[in-house]
Formats: sequence, structure tokens, C-alpha cells
Amino acid sequence: MVDHPSDSHTIARYESTRGYTQGKRALGLTRDELIEEIKMSGLLGRGGAAFPAGLKWSLLAPARPSYLVVNADESEPGTFKDRQLLERDPHQMIEGIIITSIANEVHHAFVYIRGEYSKPARRVQAAVDEAYAKGYLGKGIFGSDYVLEVTVHLGGGAYICGEETAMINSLEGKRGEPRLKPPYFPAAKGLYMMPTIVSNVETVSNLPHILAMGAGEFSGLTGNADTGTFMTSLSGHVNRPGNYELAHGITWRELIYDVGGGIPDGKGLKAWIPGGASAPWFVPEEHLDLEITKDATAAAGSMLGSGAVIVMDEDTCMVKAAERVIRFFAHESCGQCTPCREGTTWLEMILRRIEEGQGRAVDLDLLVDVSDGISIGLVWPPKMTTICPLGPSAVSPIIALRDYFRDEVDSHVSNGGCPYKTQTRETSEKTSEVDRPSDKDLMPSSERGSGGRPPEVAE
Amino acid sequence: MSEAKLVTVTINGVESQVPAGELLIKAAQDEGTYIPRFCWHQRMSPVGMCRMCLVEIETPRGPMMVTACTSPVSDGMVVDTESEEVKKAQEAILEFLLANHPLDCPVCDKGGECPLQDQALAYGPGESRFVEIKRSFEKPIPISELVLLDRERCILCALCTRFSEEISGDPLIEFQHRGNTTEVNTFPDLPFSSYFSGNTVQICPVGALTAKPYRFRARPWDLQKVESSSLQDTAHPRIEIHASQNEILRYTGVDNDATNHGWLSDKARFGYEYLRSDQRLTSPLVRRGGELVEVSWTEAIDTAANRLDLIKSEDGGEALAVIGGAQGTNEDAYAISKFARVALGSNNVDARLDDALASHFLSASVDRATIADIDDADTIVVWAPDLKEEHPTLYLRVRRAAQELGATLVVIHPRATGLDDRASHKLTYRPGGGYELLDELANGDHPEVSQAFAAEKVVALVGIASHADGPQLAESVAALVRRKAVHAKLMPLNSRANTYGALDMGLAPDLLPGRVGLDTIGCANLAASWGDIPAVIGRDTRQILQGLDSGEVRGLVLVGADPINDLPEPSIAVDALDAAEYVIAIDLFLNDSNRNADVILPASGFSEKEGTVTNVEGRVQKVNQIRPAPGQARTDWAILDDIATRMGVSLGLASAEGITKEIATVSPAYEDLTWDSLEWDHRDGIVVPIHGAQAINHIPVALQGSKAPTAKLTLHVARVMYDNGVRLQHSPSLHKLGPGAVAHLNPGDAPSIGARDGHTIKVVTTRGEGEFTCVLDEGTPTGVVYVPFNQQGASSLGSDPVVRVTTS
Repeated sequence: MVDHPSDSHTIARYESTRGYTQGKRALGLTRDELIEEIKMSGLLGRGGAAFPAGLKWSLLAPARPSYLVVNADESEPGTFKDRQLLERDPHQMIEGIIITSIANEVHHAFVYIRGEYSKPARRVQAAVDEAYAKGYLGKGIFGSDYVLEVTVHLGGGAYICGEETAMINSLEGKRGEPRLKPPYFPAAKGLYMMPTIVSNVETVSNLPHILAMGAGEFSGLTGNADTGTFMTSLSGHVNRPGNYELAHGITWRELIYDVGGGIPDGKGLKAWIPGGASAPWFVPEEHLDLEITKDATAAAGSMLGSGAVIVMDEDTCMVKAAERVIRFFAHESCGQCTPCREGTTWLEMILRRIEEGQGRAVDLDLLVDVSDGISIGLVWPPKMTTICPLGPSAVSPIIALRDYFRDEVDSHVSNGGCPYKTQTRETSEKTSEVDRPSDKDLMPSSERGSGGRPPEVAE
Repeated sequence: MSEAKLVTVTINGVESQVPAGELLIKAAQDEGTYIPRFCWHQRMSPVGMCRMCLVEIETPRGPMMVTACTSPVSDGMVVDTESEEVKKAQEAILEFLLANHPLDCPVCDKGGECPLQDQALAYGPGESRFVEIKRSFEKPIPISELVLLDRERCILCALCTRFSEEISGDPLIEFQHRGNTTEVNTFPDLPFSSYFSGNTVQICPVGALTAKPYRFRARPWDLQKVESSSLQDTAHPRIEIHASQNEILRYTGVDNDATNHGWLSDKARFGYEYLRSDQRLTSPLVRRGGELVEVSWTEAIDTAANRLDLIKSEDGGEALAVIGGAQGTNEDAYAISKFARVALGSNNVDARLDDALASHFLSASVDRATIADIDDADTIVVWAPDLKEEHPTLYLRVRRAAQELGATLVVIHPRATGLDDRASHKLTYRPGGGYELLDELANGDHPEVSQAFAAEKVVALVGIASHADGPQLAESVAALVRRKAVHAKLMPLNSRANTYGALDMGLAPDLLPGRVGLDTIGCANLAASWGDIPAVIGRDTRQILQGLDSGEVRGLVLVGADPINDLPEPSIAVDALDAAEYVIAIDLFLNDSNRNADVILPASGFSEKEGTVTNVEGRVQKVNQIRPAPGQARTDWAILDDIATRMGVSLGLASAEGITKEIATVSPAYEDLTWDSLEWDHRDGIVVPIHGAQAINHIPVALQGSKAPTAKLTLHVARVMYDNGVRLQHSPSLHKLGPGAVAHLNPGDAPSIGARDGHTIKVVTTRGEGEFTCVLDEGTPTGVVYVPFNQQGASSLGSDPVVRVTTS
């Protein structure tokens, strides 16, 4: 644990650590040189899809103007790494914006910040103002004739706006709904139908360091194909939850037991979610000694996603946990695609019924079948039979129930309710007692709302 | 049609050639493979929301599921629409859609013609495993005067929301909330008051949107259906008439490329109620001692014929006249034309009610634009009435061209129009100042418009934007367009639906059937068939009315016309009809103009007779009968043939189809038209050529015309979709939608007048005055008072633009 300097968000502090030197240097590099450098570094996107950053740049369509949208709509449950980057080191991101913009001939960049992140948004806006005042942003950056405007935009509190095309719709003032791909790949037809780079905060924040240390050194930070360091948000039943910057390649055991300090009260580990709520779950019997790399995780049928790791101890009710995760997705579904809109809520209803003692023996098969309707074939990565991955991601907990916790579902049915209910931690989860809000109680349109999180749907 | 590049696709093992870039769902359908769908519509952009059209395509990485509605075909594509995976996906989607869908099919209007019902049967799992509580909403809620919304039935396919946004440009119905609580609804205090709202009811794939005039009136399988063309729109959009037990219950739009793409204005869709009104005239009436008395047809015909014969023998045919004929079929119009010339011996005949462009300009301009030409245009010039109000089908077509097809749209009008938001250039001028603007355009004072004229394909829609400028302005506009863009195509506009057919049949004082002038070889040819035709050009509507007033014209036959309410200067009609010696009216209803007639003969209306009609582009289509006329009502042609016979002149008109054949023999443009070809080979009609007519090639550009009045305020009177016309008066669902007696002012003009929104103001012109409810409206420029024409409770103000406004 390192004590963080209290003024790390200021431009003075950032510049005292050689900040903005790489942004300035990038002005002297060509688009091709920058793309090559980033490709060499092996930097993967840190928003969840782990798409190679340099490749993304090279795929930008030639039409201009082009735009950059930094995805700071960090809403994947369990993920809070970008928040820290935004709050504590906004200039690092701004320098990354400058580098990305120069590489992609962008003259207007947007930072789309999650609606609930008011403090990070204030910090970023203040940092952008400082950078403008110094002449690092605006008309003629670093004394050149390069124009770069940066607009900080606060979202309306919808998870789906973290999906890049929904984010673009939202930025344009439309309903936050994912666009059809094809034809609306942001690199071809993005913001205002122009070529657009959408990058995660952490991805962009890596860029000054890659230019500073060189692609070779960056990729050498780890001893495997996943280059550089990554941020992970460790939460749940661990003794030391928090954000950690780690080299790829340590094992889950090391992360949970060494970095995280193990499970409180010496309890056993039941399961963890390796990469944000969308990721298929891992269990200690099969996955504890896997390396934390993109390929190893994918081979085991899951993903590193947003870098969020949620740990669940042996006393966690898996039905309840699944219900909670799926409730989130049902609540955050945009409602466009039939399977996601109808299916996620149906799953949530069935799980709640089981949890509350109304389960039937056929319900697990029904859950799996309904999930199959949302994510045809139930494979990972999903077949994407919906416009965006939200729906297919929502079924991950059902797969865990089917593969690892079938007996737990059965005991809910045979016991007429949750066997864990009397034991632990009901204090923080009271939603099951809340009545489903009526129509009138819901906000008129949460996507267009005033920024607050809409009331959660619970039944 | 241009030759599109073809690619080879294999659908379910069958290879076929389909146009490159076409969406798979459409290509498959054209090749005979129906892929089920809810949210896809061939006239709208795909959204891929319902996921019903998932199919498997072969990829290098194995089979992949894609939505057929969002996937363009590519060469070598191999598609399976019936695989196990596809079937599973279809069952899943239907189970999801039905999970929350109420099973109230027995009381749902859509039951029996419901895509959800049909596809559940064809592709669904057969039973639901959903045992939870269904989503519930208050049902149904009215979202406009015409449409009700049942959100429980809604499957969120976005057809209605897309139609409103993409097609009609009234995005008043939208998705709200999200996820499983998503609903379609209107915004608070903003009803779905679109002129095109009925289309959403027709395309709704479930019974979520229902129309008040049709709700609970029929089961689809009980309906008798016949195709026809609407006469409540100058484009004659193709419709299907649905009736049960001889009562018309609804019209639906028929998709076709030629005219309406399946869309209808609400006026064309719901404007059938008048036909079943109990106010319809059902027996002949003759005035005896000041009272109208029911008599037999024989007696009525005898009375009418005797009097006409008497006047003709005393003062010749010049003392007789016929007004009307623009609302019926071509066959009726032909009969009127022949009746006037042959039986009455008069060229005093006019289907235009003093509000139209010159007859030769309307009927015989060369290079007439077709509706489809709008799609191809680089530049579209609209100097005409607000198309959204008066020519709704053309409005949708022009809107699409500007929005989707990249045309440059130039709109010129005295105030805001429905197309302004899609116009590249909008010019506004004071009523009466049209010639000054024309002069500016001729001088190139508006370079952006000059540039638009320089495009290769220019289509100009010209009409009377303001009566203050007179009908000749439109001809000068056309001439100017032609001068600036030599190959420009013109579409002269007129408001009554079958004016073009009527003119083609010679319902103008200077035209004979086949657009033949009185002094031409064509006239001589016609005379060989008809007998003697009066040589002198007759009187137009205004001159007929003036003649009635002065006594030079003694007898008038009104055929489906109400000059008192339709003329821009009604006082002329009032005086004329007061002074008229003898009036015979053939009509569906009593109206202000025929109320005091001497003989009133009940006529059959739309859907009560067969025949042909000719639309704004010269397209001839067939209209069909589905119900008998009420009581003793008869067709116009049969009535006129009887009167002529009683006058001792045989017109030889025996059947509508026989008249069509006669038209083909006397009018070269119509020579190829038969009912057979219109019913079987050309259901969307045939555009009749201009050849054989006296083509109007050269139009002089008259730049000298009226000047805009120097008055502080000028009056703009214009028609709106819902007026106080007799058909709408007897269509209760639509009649209440008119704005009523309102006068629009720019908010900037209000303080000096002392006018306030919603308060009563007095509007005074040289021709009339009246009290109106004031509407403050940014769309009306400063210095202009805008009053919708012919509204319930509104006084007529005439067409003189000089106006004074006071607070009452």
C-alpha cells in the first residue's frame, strides 16, 4: 500500500513527474509511427473486450472529422478502477487523450463520465480547465497549430451507456440504446456518423507511459503475451478489497490470498467473478491456479473483462447472488431486443421465486432454457444474437448454477426457501422486501433523467 | 428501373440471383422464402429489435446467427432459415413476446389478422412456461382523437415510433423508460395529433394501437374487401376498402411504388363515415311551392329536362351551365362534358371552382413530373400550398426524397410549412408579393436557389400558395424554373382529387375530352362522334356565377359542387345562387349551395360505383364498388343520360365500362385503357401520355403581376387538411379535428394589436369580416395574418390580402 499524494490530480504535480512531455512529443510523430508504437506495446483495451488498442487506431475510417470518446461510464458491478484514475490522476488521462487524438487526427474529444461519478467529473473538468489554461488543450496545443477541444460529459446513470454505441447515442442526445453493428461500427460511423475511437480511461491512461518507456519496455513488464500492467478492482469477501495495479500472469490464488489477504474469518472460498458481473464465474476446484491472462481466462470459458473481481465465501447463497446479478442486468437492459428485455426479467422472477421458497423442480431447467433463448447455445464468448452483449452476459450466473451449484438450487426447492437465510449478512440485502414500484414511481426516462440512479426494480 | 448488380445467394439450399446490397429478409422474401419478423418494414430503416428474423449464415468460422433484417446479402452467402438452431431461436423469441402479451385475442381488433397470432401458430412453441405475473398497464389509453394505445399488447417493435419519426416527421409517439418497463407513449400534454396517425394502427403487428372509428366494429374474417384508389388525396393513394353488410368499416393503405408506399393521411383513411350518414340524399326532390318534395325519378327527370329544354329553346345553350365533376370518376366527368356540349349545347362547364390553375396548364404541360420522379430528383422546388395540409401523399414523398434520398429541397411559401425542417432553402414572402420574389429569383438574387436550379434533375411542384397572387403566378413560376433548368419536370397542383381526370374529360370551358382545344382538328374528330359542338369558348366557374347574377345564364346544373363554401370569394357564389333562375343539383348531401335548388337528385358516391380516376401525375387507376348506393341514388352519368334523353338527345351512355371504352375512342391519351388492363395488369394504374393533347411547351414568364400590399398586415388564407367541406361535415371522427375559426399572428405583432393567445380578435378585409380565436405562432411571419380556409364557424374573408385586425 502506497500513500497517495493528496495533490496528484493537479497539473503542477503531474508536470513535476514529467507529465505532458509525451503529449508534446507525440506532436512530432506521424500517425503511422504512433500506431506502430502502440501495436508493438501490445496494449489491450481495458474496458472489457480487450481489443488491441493499436489495431483499433489503424482501423479508423479515413473520413474526417474523426472523434475520440473516452469511456468513463464505469458501471460494471464491482468495477471502480477508472474512478480512481479519474479522481487521482486526471492529467494522465488527458495526456493520453492528446496522444490518441494526434494519432487519429482528432480535434474534438469527449470524456463520457458515469452519471453517479460527480466527484471524478469535477476533478476531470478542473484538470481539463488547467490543461486549457496552460495551452495543452484548445486552439494550438503546446504552441503548435494543432486544435484539440475536450468536452466532459456526465451521463444519465444508465449502465448500457458504457456500451460504445449506446454511449455515442447518449452523447448525441438520443436514447442510450446500442446501435446495430453492422453498420454502425464507431471506427466507421460513430459519433455524428463520423469515424470515432472509443477507449476506456485505463487504456488511454497507459499511453503516456508507453511513449515514455517505449513499447518494448512496456510489453516486458510481464512475462507473457498480455503486456503491461492492469488494474483490478478486488471486492467481496476478501480481507483487503481495493484497486491493485498488477502485472498480468499472477494466479487467482495469489490475487485472492496474497494480494487480497484471503477470506475474512478464515472461511472457505466458494466462487468468484473474474472480470465484472458479465463474466462467467470461477470456482476454486477448477480455476484457482490459473494465470490471470486474457488467453488463460478465455480458455477456461470466462474473461478478464473490466478487471473487477468479486469474491464470494462459502456462506454466500448462490441463488441469491445470481438473482442479484441478474436483477442488475434486467434493470439495466435498454429494452430493444426481445430476448434481453423479456428474458432477463423472467430469469430474475424465477430466481426470486426459488429464493423465496416457491421454487419447482423444473425451475433450474427452465432457467437454463430461458438463458439459452437469450444467448443461443450458451457458449462463451456468446454468439451475440442480440444487438449488444448485455443480454448474453446476464446469463453467466445461471451457467454457474447449472455447472457448479445445482445442489444448492435443489436444496432451495426441497427446503422451501433459502437455507442460508438464517445465517448471515441479510442486513445489506433488503430489496426482497421492497414492493415492486408502480409505473408512476419510476422516473419518466432514466436514460434522459437528471443523473440520479433510478429506483431499482425489485419484487 | 436501373439494372442493379446481382449476387448469388443460397437460401435453404436453393441458389438465386438477388440485387447486391439488399437486406437478406427482403431478398429471401422476393425469392419465396418468408422469414418471420415483427419489427422490419420494407419502407423503414431496420432496427433489429424483435430478433424474430434470426437465421444462420455460413462463415469461415462456422455457422453464425444474424438478423436477416440487418444483414445485406453478399455474393456467395449461404443461408439457412430452417435449421434447428433457428427454429429454437424463433420459439424462444415467441415465448418471450408472449410472456407478457395478454391473451385477449377474442376481444382484440387485431385477432384474425395479427402477425403475432399468425407467427405464434407457425413458429411458436405451442405453450408458455411463463407462470409469473404479467406486466400490466392501464388499458387502453387514448393518445389522440383517433387512436387508442394498449401498452399491454405492445411488443415494442418500434414500427409506430419509426413511422412517426422517419416517415411523417411528427415524432409524437416514443419509447419511454427502459428494459422490461419500456413502453410506447406520447409525451405529457402532447397528443399524437399527426395527420398520419392511422398508419401506425395499420402497421402495428398487434392490437396495441387501434383506431376509434373501427374499434370493435368487425372481425377481420367477416370483412368484404375490394381495392380502390382514394379520392381524398390528389395522388389517389391505393387503398383497400373493407366492408361488412354493405357498410364500409375501414380503408387500409396498399403498398405500391407508384403513389403512396402504403401510407394514407388520416383524412384519406378515415374519410368514409360520410358515406353511411343518415343525411345522405336518397330520393329525388323537386321544389313545389317553395318546399322540396320527394318525387319519382321519372317526375324529377321530366321536371329538370323540361326546364332545361325551355331555357335552351329561348336563349340557346349559352344560357345554361354546369359546375362540378372534380370529385367523381372520369366516366361521370365524361358524361357531364358530353351532356353540356351535346344536350345543353354549351361550353359553360367547369370542374375548377375558381381556385385552380389554368386548364391547359393543369392538363397539358409537357414534361409533367410523375410522383416517382420526386425520388430521382436532385432538386425539388415546392412553390405551392403546404403539401402536408393539401397533398399529404406528395408531402411524404418529398419529405423522404429530401431526408433519405439526398435531394436539395427548396420551399417557397408565405409561412411555415410541414416540409421546412427538411428544406435546404426556405423562402418566405408576403401574400401578394409572389411576383416580386419571382423577379428576384429571375435576377439571381438568391444564389443558393439559383445553384439548386442548376442541378441535373429538377422537379418543381407548383400551385397556388396564396390566392392573393392569383393563379397565373404558378405558371410564371413554372416558366422560370424551366428557364433556369431546361429539363425540369413540372407538377402543377390542384386541390380537388379528380380535377385532372375532369379536365382530361373536357370539364373546362376551353377543353374537350382528350385535352382537345375547341378550334383544333381533335375537335372535328370528336364532333364526328358527338355531333355539333359549340364553337365558342364557354364560361369558367367565376364567369358562370357572374352570368347567373346578371341573368345571362339562366339555368345551372351543380354536380357534386358547393361553390359557396369552396370559392375563395364566396360572395360571388352567394349572389349568383340567389339570383339564379333555375338550379338542378346532383349530390350526396344538401349543402349551402344546393339547399335552394329547384331539383335535387341523389347521387351515388365513392365505393358505390366503378370507374376510372386520374391523379395529379396523370395516372389512371380503377375505383371499385363494394356497396350499393343508398335509397334511389344513382350515378351522375346515368342521371345525366336520362335528362338528355328526356330532352330528346341521346348521349348513348349505357354503362360505366361502356363510357371508358368511348373515352378510349375519342381521347388518344386514353386509347390503351381498359378495365381489364387496370384490374389485372396495371393495378397501380397507368400514367397517360400527354401526346395527342395540345402540349403546352412555351410559357411566357410574366414578371409583372400584383405587388405586395403596403398595408401593415396582409392576409394569408390557406386550406388545411380538415375543413368544413360537406364530406367532412358528415364524417364525425374527422370533422372535430379542424382548427375552427382561428387567426394566426406572429407573437411580435400581438402587442401592437393588443391580441393575446386564445383571445378573440376581429379580422376585417374588403370582402368580409369575422371574429376569430387568436393563435400566436412563430410559423406565421410578422406582418401576416393566417386564417385557415373554410372552417366551422368562420366567416369568409375573401382573397384580398389587405386586412385589419382589432381586438373585439
